[in-house]
Amino acid sequence: MASQNLQSVPAELSPEELEREQAGQAYFDRIISEDSRIEPRDWMPEAYRKTLLRQISQHAHSEIIGMQPEANWITRAPSLKRKAILMAKVQDEAGHGLYLYSAAETLGQSRDKMMEDLIAGKARYSSIFNYPAVSWADMGAIGWLVDGAAICNQVPLCRASYGPYGRAMVRICKEESFHQRQGFEILLELSNGTPAQKQMAQDAVNRWYAPALMMFGPPDDDSPNSKQSMAWNIKRFSNDELRSRFVGMMVEQVKVLGLTLPDQDIRFNEETKKWEHGPLDWNEFKDVLAGKGPCNAQRLERRREAHDDGAWVREAAAEYARKQAEKEFAA
Amino acid sequence: MSTPANAPTNEPHETPWPLWEVFVRSSRGLSHVHAGSLHAPDAAMALRNARDLYTRRNEGVSIWVVPADAISSSDPDSKGSFFESPQGKDYRHATYYTKSEGVKHL
Repeated sequence: MASQNLQSVPAELSPEELEREQAGQAYFDRIISEDSRIEPRDWMPEAYRKTLLRQISQHAHSEIIGMQPEANWITRAPSLKRKAILMAKVQDEAGHGLYLYSAAETLGQSRDKMMEDLIAGKARYSSIFNYPAVSWADMGAIGWLVDGAAICNQVPLCRASYGPYGRAMVRICKEESFHQRQGFEILLELSNGTPAQKQMAQDAVNRWYAPALMMFGPPDDDSPNSKQSMAWNIKRFSNDELRSRFVGMMVEQVKVLGLTLPDQDIRFNEETKKWEHGPLDWNEFKDVLAGKGPCNAQRLERRREAHDDGAWVREAAAEYARKQAEKEFAA
Repeated sequence: MSTPANAPTNEPHETPWPLWEVFVRSSRGLSHVHAGSLHAPDAAMALRNARDLYTRRNEGVSIWVVPADAISSSDPDSKGSFFESPQGKDYRHATYYTKSEGVKHL
């Protein structure tokens, strides 16, 4: 199995330790080949643990940073109903972040350390959240395209080989479908509104289309970790496969919206039975990941501020808990 | 200046809050089922956080929170021997008894 190639066994292992490692590896390989689940206290290859920790914590950070583009519009939502919906959605994103941090913690990383890494700019999160949400229609496009792409990515992750990750994803996927539908409705309403409103919706779709497609990650021939992740049953489909599937869904849905996708090259390839799309600017993707996107600095700064502004709440809660415990002890 | 003996020596939030496991009863008549975990400074806050985190859509009518370190679990490394006893004891299942096949209400 490919997993063994990445498994570096230090030379100084004692015979007993070596035997334990080998038995662990054999057990792990069997679980994976049976398409069963690995649980936190099982033996697992160090590279598997690290890959998962990176992926789950990045995913958690994405949910937390992802609250910002939408929170930005809560005070300016066009109606009380829209405001309530948007707040519920942003609250969901916070919840998703927490489910995922819990899953990541089972791999041996403390939550505080993950938070610190995010604030210190050491951790990555999805490139999509470094684009600005400049109009109300962006709330629609984010829900429809960004959450739509996220769902496409996440549904197969419900079957990821690591138990806690899969379980978190099941919960998240259940909640995400509300997000995509509410985004679709925002766009539909704008599209059926005044010409200016329709133009605003089209403009938002134009701006979010390509970044949403890039959410699936680099093309397969430039995605070195994908193969191993698929061998470990973490990832079930390749980046290009999921992207193509997503394009196929959007092609139909955009017709219902009465809008168009900003891509002249979309076509269904009869031979491969797959949807194809126009070229994407992967240099832009790399730049945004490297911190040079339009909003990277702003997003991190806001996260830092929120963390600092919340310090007194954390302190008060801890102090209250301490006093209550003291009282109970005295009684 | 002297510091009171029980004064926090550090900013309180620097000590990580304990981990709680959350169990939710989805409706009357069903058992509490593990929903996930969270961090909170005490049980009261853990319950409130659990409500906000795990029952945003009416998923529950009752919640338990349990300090994660209060849970004892079987050792995953000894799973073979620990669960050995039921192995080979098919006669504990109704399907073991085939001679009664076709007999009604049995």
